Amino acid sequence: MSKANLLERRSVVSGLLAARTDAVVVGGLGASTYDIAAAGDHDRNFYLWGAMGGAVMIGLGVALAQPGLPVVVITGDGEMLMGMGSLATVGLQKPANLTIVVLDNEVYGETGGQASHTATTVDLVGVARACGISDARAIATMADVEAFAPIMQDVSSGPRFASIKIDGANLERVLSSRDGTFIVTRIRGALGFRPI
Amino acid sequence: MPFSLFPEPGLPLQSRTETGLVNRLGMKMHARADAASENQPSWPEDIFAILQRFDVRQVAYVPDAGHSQLIERVLGAPSMRAVPLTTEEEGVALLVGAWAGGQRGVLLMQSSGVGNCVNMLSLTQIFRFPFLTLVTMRGEWGEFNPWQVPMGSSTAGVFELSGIKVLRASHAAEVGEVVEAAAGQAYNACTPTAVLLSQRLIGAKVFVK
Repeated sequence: MSKANLLERRSVVSGLLAARTDAVVVGGLGASTYDIAAAGDHDRNFYLWGAMGGAVMIGLGVALAQPGLPVVVITGDGEMLMGMGSLATVGLQKPANLTIVVLDNEVYGETGGQASHTATTVDLVGVARACGISDARAIATMADVEAFAPIMQDVSSGPRFASIKIDGANLERVLSSRDGTFIVTRIRGALGFRPI
Repeated sequence: MPFSLFPEPGLPLQSRTETGLVNRLGMKMHARADAASENQPSWPEDIFAILQRFDVRQVAYVPDAGHSQLIERVLGAPSMRAVPLTTEEEGVALLVGAWAGGQRGVLLMQSSGVGNCVNMLSLTQIFRFPFLTLVTMRGEWGEFNPWQVPMGSSTAGVFELSGIKVLRASHAAEVGEVVEAAAGQAYNACTPTAVLLSQRLIGAKVFVK
């Protein structure tokens, strides 16, 4: 299998977020959070440094609470595999404003590049579709990334799922805040909610 | 509880049909909008009233027989979103998102599910968000199934090690008072709190051939 034309993760994420307006963006732990930080810090960025397997559910909680706002979860294949049941939970709830993007490099990059299940067998697009997320697609070109970016802002036609195969390069980390109370209080503030 | 896995998009939160109530997830439930009937305990109604009063909007659960009456009430409540989970840890993460989005939530589960949550419970310390969970206990009062005993025995310890306050209700008359206190400290003081609903309260599950 040739992997010469796999996409570069930072270009993908900055492309996805270029059309961002009022979206809340949740980043799965590890490289996905660094990618979102690299695209530019934002009051509505929900950086995760742990909670592996929980990114989609955090996104679902926000999406149900704020049905008028686009909510985008950007995470990796390993994080998604750990929370695969959450796709079934999303498929049942059908939040129209939720988009899930998996950056799939087929390895656990943060821990030494061990192969993930997507390298050989698991088809996450098929999993998402089988869980009731009918808008589930594989994205393979930057043109398709750019076309998908404005679709993510639509709050009436989700939920949607996209798997984007990316190259396995380990890039320099771009460190976001890792203070949970700061991150969540800042998001709440941006949405008009005061601290207790 | 039977429910359809094929919800119709755009269905209103709750609609009345000839066959009973169907909520927006397409989950059928017994039409029972009235208060507790004579053969049903009143403490689940007490819990439901408290959750309503605290404006709890997202109710996540893995079904349990001890929570079935409360779950039915939630499915019939237009202001509440019932979120069935595939595993309990999903609920901890969901409630973080709900809080970030300005809503309060609660997690309903059985004692065996507490073990499924352990790593995700760290979020209560990381985000200091209002976490409330109501746990129906197994393995502690006339239990028939030995497989329920180990996790039932460590449930309170797991919560305490995870930094979560543990309150317990063992008699129907005290459920309202205990849940009220738990909801108060969880939502007003962001103090993560679990209420253990004793198996003595719920009754040991009867297994018959």
